[in-house]
Amino acid sequence: MAFSNEQLERYARHIILKEIGVKGQKKLLNGSVLIIGAGGLGAPAAMYLAAAGVGTIGIVDADVVDLSNLQRQIIHAMKDIDKPKVISAKETMEEMNPDVKVNAIQAFVSSENILELIEPYDFIIDGTDNFPAKFLINDACVMAKKPFSHAGIIRFKGQLMTYVPGQGPCYRCVFHEPPPKNAVPTCKEAGVVGAMGGVIGSLQAMEAIKYLTGVGDLLAGRLMTYDAIKMEFRTIKLPHDTSTCPVCGENPTITELIDYEQAACELK
Amino acid sequence: MADYIVDETVDITDVVCPITFVKVKVALEELDVGQILRIRMNDGEPVQNVPRSCKEEGQQVLKLLCNGDGTYDLIVKKLED
Ligand SMILES: [Zn+2]
Repeated sequence: MAFSNEQLERYARHIILKEIGVKGQKKLLNGSVLIIGAGGLGAPAAMYLAAAGVGTIGIVDADVVDLSNLQRQIIHAMKDIDKPKVISAKETMEEMNPDVKVNAIQAFVSSENILELIEPYDFIIDGTDNFPAKFLINDACVMAKKPFSHAGIIRFKGQLMTYVPGQGPCYRCVFHEPPPKNAVPTCKEAGVVGAMGGVIGSLQAMEAIKYLTGVGDLLAGRLMTYDAIKMEFRTIKLPHDTSTCPVCGENPTITELIDYEQAACELK
Repeated sequence: MADYIVDETVDITDVVCPITFVKVKVALEELDVGQILRIRMNDGEPVQNVPRSCKEEGQQVLKLLCNGDGTYDLIVKKLED
């Protein structure tokens, strides 16, 4: 595949980088990423991946765009209100970069569909805002041996980690199981600074780009936290005891996907 | 008299930074290690930057030849894939 002059110009700043170059840009164009959630995290992640020329981007979300989303979900605009988020996201990405093929999937992820959804993609981004989905994505990615980026944001805080099969702990190794229903506020109840999605979602896009191009070290086996009030990033090395995790351990006890119940307010 | 044989030539006189070096990188990509690329470039910014960028990428700059018409030929040997 030879680059057109337009592509050389579009991707010039990638191609110039020694770490990416022509080969890396081709890897991006041949790569595929599934973004689950077209919200605060998924919006910036999707836009940076589209701009970077990731050739195939899938985006999954069941919701429609609401005015209260626009405070942080920068892939959507006023004209998109009441439109399915995945359609609005697809339109924005395709306007940004015609090289990108966007698969818009308007659905809730569940134990029924998740394995089929993630199967065609090289890398998965968890941009969801609730624990049941986060554990479902983790378990499905572990079972299907798919690398994925976990992230969460609330108020002025964010965290992320990357799971790469065979390279360290999964999300469940660290967080075990969802907290009791209503024990932890969702970002709808607790609030979140819009830019938090930009910070953490962009880091997720960076992990996807690094995974696809093979550049640098991923956040595998490490948890990064960001506290915007203190303006501090911290990276914690995560222990990995392969004997104990019920999903990625040597003797897994979770061998089927679980649909945990969502807190009532998340169902809308 | 030349102690090298040019395997490929790329003309970057029709583009400006950063596409100048982008075209060089694409041309180098097509070559095997050990092959030699001639890069025809304008005086000024390309002459200042392209040889340095080639070196930073780990390639060997053999010669910079003035063509006498405001253009230069930079001769680069590909050392790194
Ligand atoms: Zn685990």
